[in-house]
Amino acid sequence: MATFTLTVNKKKHTVDVDPDTPILWVLRDHLKLVGTKFGCGKALCGACTIHANGSAIRSCTLPVSAASSLELTTIEGLSEKGDHPVQKAWLEHDVPQCGYCQAGQIMSAASLLASNPSPSDEDIATAMNGNICRCGTYTRINAAIKTAAKNS
Amino acid sequence: MTVIKTRINRRSFLKVSSAGSAGLMISFSWLASCTPGTKTLEIPEEWYDLNAYIKIGNNGVVTLFSPNPEIGQNVKTSMPMIIAEELDVDWKQVIVEQATLNTDKFDRQLAGGSQSIRHGWDGLRMAGATARRMLMEAAAKRWQVSVDGLTAEKGIITNPAIGDQLGYGDVALDASNLEVPEEVELKEIKDFQLIGKRVKNVDAKKIVTGQPLFGIDYAGDEATKVAMIVHPPAFGMKLKSMNDDEVKAMPGIHEVVRINTSLEEPQWSDTNAFNELVAVVGTTTWEVMKAKQALQLEWEADGSLENTTDHEFAMKDSMEQMEGHVAREDGDVSKAFAEADEIVERTYTAPFLAHNTMEPMNFYANVSADKAELVGPIQTPENLRESASKLLGIPEANITVDMTRMGGGFGRRLYGHFGLEAAAISQAIQGPVKLVYTREDDMTQGTYRPAYRVTYRAGLDKEKNLVAFEAKGTGIPGSPLFANRFPAGTVDYYKVTNYWVNTNISTGAWRAPRSNFTAGAEQAFLDEVAEAAGKDPIDFRLELFDRAIKNPVGEKNDYDPERYAGVLRAVREQANWGENKPGVYRGVAAYYCHNSYVAQVMDVVKDGDNLPKIQKIWCAVDCGIVVNLEGAINQVEGGMIDGIGHALYSQMTFENGTPQQNNFDGYRLIRNQEAQMDIDVHFVKNDKHPTGLGEPSLPPVIGALANALYQATGRRFYEQPFALEYEKVQMG
Repeated sequence: MATFTLTVNKKKHTVDVDPDTPILWVLRDHLKLVGTKFGCGKALCGACTIHANGSAIRSCTLPVSAASSLELTTIEGLSEKGDHPVQKAWLEHDVPQCGYCQAGQIMSAASLLASNPSPSDEDIATAMNGNICRCGTYTRINAAIKTAAKNS
Repeated sequence: MTVIKTRINRRSFLKVSSAGSAGLMISFSWLASCTPGTKTLEIPEEWYDLNAYIKIGNNGVVTLFSPNPEIGQNVKTSMPMIIAEELDVDWKQVIVEQATLNTDKFDRQLAGGSQSIRHGWDGLRMAGATARRMLMEAAAKRWQVSVDGLTAEKGIITNPAIGDQLGYGDVALDASNLEVPEEVELKEIKDFQLIGKRVKNVDAKKIVTGQPLFGIDYAGDEATKVAMIVHPPAFGMKLKSMNDDEVKAMPGIHEVVRINTSLEEPQWSDTNAFNELVAVVGTTTWEVMKAKQALQLEWEADGSLENTTDHEFAMKDSMEQMEGHVAREDGDVSKAFAEADEIVERTYTAPFLAHNTMEPMNFYANVSADKAELVGPIQTPENLRESASKLLGIPEANITVDMTRMGGGFGRRLYGHFGLEAAAISQAIQGPVKLVYTREDDMTQGTYRPAYRVTYRAGLDKEKNLVAFEAKGTGIPGSPLFANRFPAGTVDYYKVTNYWVNTNISTGAWRAPRSNFTAGAEQAFLDEVAEAAGKDPIDFRLELFDRAIKNPVGEKNDYDPERYAGVLRAVREQANWGENKPGVYRGVAAYYCHNSYVAQVMDVVKDGDNLPKIQKIWCAVDCGIVVNLEGAINQVEGGMIDGIGHALYSQMTFENGTPQQNNFDGYRLIRNQEAQMDIDVHFVKNDKHPTGLGEPSLPPVIGALANALYQATGRRFYEQPFALEYEKVQMG
């Protein structure tokens, strides 16, 4: 066990955990931020996507020991009132079915738009290919990203 | 107005005692949040129960309880919409909460078979209409006038004679003390205000902001331990020995326990590969995950260790060498084939599939000496309570089951063994526990869609008419065929025979059970038969439906040929069938299952040597009255992408009983790049009783896909997953 200080959603948190604990479980078990989801544990499905210094990463394979210097943002901290353009577009297009993968999808989409404000279909497909939606809402996800791009 | 008796479901309209009402909420205030979807409503000081589905606040805010489990099929929005329609309340004033399991108050609290809307429709309408009537009666008493002259709209009761108005909140207390009327008036379908509109998912705001909703998010209080299970690495194996000395000394580890969830009289929903498990219990998930890896376990064979290659032979052998069960035979089919001018015979296969809900199996249990609290994602809460009662030796009356939103179901959470496991672990450690599966635990545990094989034969006469049709089906463990579905009733000589192959791999319902394979195979076969007959594939099917309409063969045909033909005609028009666009190749399919009719036209384009790409799908659906148009379209779109993805890419294979795929690297699911397509969904308008949409769009799309791929590649696709079949062909 060791003590780590993390910056999550602009707040500092100190946790006493095993150094190889993935950030995902620090968020969920220790900080009680359960919006970030466990899907595969191996960075294969994207359900656990968060931002590290603004870029989308898979929190299930990032150990806490490598995260102290990073500014982490989770779905809970993407916007103060749930009104990030991507979140608004998700509501407008009524994207979710079961909803479980959507936090990860939204974090990937927000990261894409931050670096590429008007992505092409191909840009979207490439950026979003790591996020599985088992319900098959991909067409709505992609339409919502286009809307968010327009409204950002 | 339609006047109906309130006998059906009457128990749910009888006044809810305040104690009972409180009981509904106490255990689950975590989910019973008062923050409605995207709206900001003032929470009332007092709530008054009108019936089990409805409570009304003194300020007119209305809470509607959604009775059935939500797995992504959107019933948490659509079922309350039905109540709200008849209650005549402004949807903006509505808060939706998930009801707890309460079999005294609600019927069929189950998510499965696309039946929630179909079964719930009458009861939900009555719940709304009854409460509306009681509110109006309360207003009539207040005004000392006859109720007959009053109107109620959007939560406001008006006395047109004098222009007085009362809000539902003003009379809710009085209404809650009235007798439930013996009969109520329901709206005419043409007068619906809310039903049929595009209404957004009531949980959407919580989903997009990451608020706790799902089973895995529910962790109980500080005392709750985390548990993970270890199951045998192969079907046909069991635990021989365990050394947990090292693990028990690991940080955060509380206990390692062996549990046994065997029941003397299991129900269908107890289907499960492994009853004897090892559970590691600790403080945090990561500590338990690490400890699980460090367990020293020795396994031994306990049955046959099966292989996929053997399965393929066994299915073929079963059809060739076993007796089979004739499920239907019209006329002398052997004679008809002997006399046929041309025979088309084709065989189709599909592998085992895992459900792979994105939220892995998990459950919370807090079991004490005489009661149990269970919370989690479950499609069959009533079954879970019954089995938990047997397993724990605690009466059902002392067991509560609360349903969380589910991160996908697809049939996987019909089988509640993970709930029993959590209960067994909690009982063993005498404290609350949260059980979580890893993805690997989840994917290698079974309850798979069975592997299937069917052989179809069609006999044509000299004029190329279809005169004989035969289907033989087998699977591991059983046949996927439905003897009385189309084309039964359209052919004079018709026969279906079922075969069986035993297995110790646990299998179960997977989104649109059996139809998820049969539809694609049958619709691909009919495409070949139409081609052999020299007919347009839509015309060919319409001729068969015409026969079934005018002069059906047999009496047990399980479909309405008019509605079937209706969706096919609708999609023909929608897609402008017959129009040839250069470089675009089209396939068509139609199917009826789970009480809804679906037809699709798919366009694909070539992509070099790669498998052709899907460009667009048109889909026509007849599910009767559409309750929530937004949710309905979403279900149909998702079902098609799901069907396409699994038919193209997914499979579960075995060596020596061991699943060869255990995470999303080995097990391929459709991803964003492969789902870049346009989808156009159309609903046939009618006033028929509404039916469900969770499943019906999935099965036929596999046929439309196979038929479009044939047009583009000149090659028929017989073996799923098609992408693998195509790869094999490309590599020679």
